[in-house]
Amino acid sequence: MDIKENKELVLGLYKKMLLCRKFEENVQYYFSLGMIHGTTHLSIGEEGTAAGTCSALEETDQIFVTHRGHSDVICKGIDINKMMAEIFAKETGICHGKGGSMHIADLEKGIMGANGIVGGGIPLSLGNAFANKHFKNNKVTVCFFGDGATNEGAFHESMNLASVWNLPIIFVCVNNTYGMSTHISKVMKITDIEKRGEAYGIPSVSVDGNDCLKVYETVKKAREYVASGKGPILVVENTYRISGHSKSDGNLYRTKDEINEWKERCPIRFLKSKIIESKVATKEDLKLLDDEASQIIDDAVEFALKSPLPNVADIYNGLYSE
Amino acid sequence: MSKSEITYANAINQAISEEMRKDDTVFMLGEDIGVYGGAFGVSVGMVEEFSEKRIIDTPISETAIVGLAIGAAMNGMRPIVEIMFSDFITVCFDMIVNQAAKIKYMFGGVPKLPFVLRTAAGCGTGAAAQHSQSLEALLCHIPGLKVVVPSTPYDAKGLLKAAIHDNNPVIFLEQKKLYRTKGFVPDEDYEIELGKADIKREGSDATIITYGRMVLTSLAAAETLSKEGINVEVIDLRTLIPLDKETLIESIKKTKHCIIVHEAVKTGGFGAEISAMLTESEAFFYLDAPIIRLGAYDIPVPFSPILEQAAVPDEEKICEAVRKSLS
Ligand SMILES: Cc1ncc(C[n+]2csc(CCOP(=O)(O)OP(=O)(O)O)c2C)c(N)n1
Repeated sequence: MDIKENKELVLGLYKKMLLCRKFEENVQYYFSLGMIHGTTHLSIGEEGTAAGTCSALEETDQIFVTHRGHSDVICKGIDINKMMAEIFAKETGICHGKGGSMHIADLEKGIMGANGIVGGGIPLSLGNAFANKHFKNNKVTVCFFGDGATNEGAFHESMNLASVWNLPIIFVCVNNTYGMSTHISKVMKITDIEKRGEAYGIPSVSVDGNDCLKVYETVKKAREYVASGKGPILVVENTYRISGHSKSDGNLYRTKDEINEWKERCPIRFLKSKIIESKVATKEDLKLLDDEASQIIDDAVEFALKSPLPNVADIYNGLYSE
Repeated sequence: MSKSEITYANAINQAISEEMRKDDTVFMLGEDIGVYGGAFGVSVGMVEEFSEKRIIDTPISETAIVGLAIGAAMNGMRPIVEIMFSDFITVCFDMIVNQAAKIKYMFGGVPKLPFVLRTAAGCGTGAAAQHSQSLEALLCHIPGLKVVVPSTPYDAKGLLKAAIHDNNPVIFLEQKKLYRTKGFVPDEDYEIELGKADIKREGSDATIITYGRMVLTSLAAAETLSKEGINVEVIDLRTLIPLDKETLIESIKKTKHCIIVHEAVKTGGFGAEISAMLTESEAFFYLDAPIIRLGAYDIPVPFSPILEQAAVPDEEKICEAVRKSLS
């Protein structure tokens, strides 16, 4: 991609990644203070996949995300204040404090829900796409899942069905090479996950997930393909989780060197150097974006902190529809 | 008799490790149970002792690993499977319900299925709707399974040994809020027979029947009530299937008041089974008040701690129920 010709897009991607990173650093901080309860799965290091993928979509497209979905939903345009409030378990949260970090949804923004069950969202995405086909609304469904999830039966059943019914879905496998502590090579003989898509007759590509621009371009093309009615596509975005799996991760299964190596390949730094090199913006310009992002996240934290707790009298609200 | 104070998680680790040392057909498989030590640290140190051949990290494939355990059990081994959170048993429910529970009976009573499915159940950690459930009632509804819910390190170790020795599928519902609680266990080998309830506190005025984490809450309530001169008996079921009906019936005959407490949602909960069993038994004629059941509200477990706490029975609600029964 010519960065100069796409200045606005590129700076937008950069800012989105900053929002994701700063959002999660704050979550991590308030978690460590005991002010956030439960558990969180951070995607620090994986922001290139979220920003690149979601920016390549139309606003009306819909996404299904995983337990590690903060960045994806931020890049899809969720109200960051309400999302932060949800994680702080407040009434003003996007799910009124009933869901938490692992269960964020905003249907109006096309965010069809995060999932605590590995692979749980994949079959749901089929139905979403089926309905879009029925309504002929040209919306594309994006279904995110991890490398680990591709060992679940739900993944394989879904690949087959989506393929044979030509459902308009972009399957996005965010391959961070670990499922919790388990390295991909320990649980798969063929670790090129695109081969799993191909086995079901689904065109499959893989891309460097830490190169946000490449992710963007790949998903943009994938979207064109899917929108043309040819059926699903699988995009494997290879990246690395710098943060621990969840709150209780001692990182015993990997070396500090490995983590540091990937820190060097941080998708935000990577894009930053490209921007500077191509001279579409100066360090000072980027610093301004950084400050803007910080302000947005600080405001979100303040909103969350000031918000009231849920009312116990509303505990049954939302169980059944009218 | 010498004894040591250990955690609930440690007790489970000891039970498995001791049995693995004695019997090389015992092995454990599950997600991230090796170097990670399991999501709740139960198997810390085990892969170092027993190697990756016997403490086996698996792909995230619950159906395959539970199926593998069933197959290996039918063929002479004694597998232990860890399913990280009990909520995930639904992902492999066919293996549990249609396979494990039925194979012996369908095949004329011939196969033996000596395996244990260990899994972490319960709420209170802010893990929200898909990581906090208490699903024991679903399991108790399936003939062919045994269902165990330990509340103390002593019980966890003794019951798990019995479960490993048992020739049937045993679902072992560990309480995630109790992993770090401590208690004494004897240093010598012991086992607690499945199907025997334990009277955790003797009393004469009312009986609380409970299990799992709610045993601790009920004991705290009994302590509070004792200061009001109310003497509560607290019975810990320990195993739901098989159910120790005798102990329950005898206690109700003595105290004439019955309060059943569990953390699972009330509707269709195991408390309903206990209540029905008691009213069908001779205990019915001794009751001076209707049986009271306390369970969680009929909702998925909410994330917000204020809602999560409100949804389940607590000490105060239990005290109130006992007072109401006696009034
Ligand atoms: C059905 C199911 N099994 C196990 C888990 C526990 N668990 C949560 S995340 C995770 C690892 C998932 O790996 P992957 O799909 O690669 O996603 P990542 O966490 O790396 O983003 C596991 C095993 C779960 N939530 N659901």
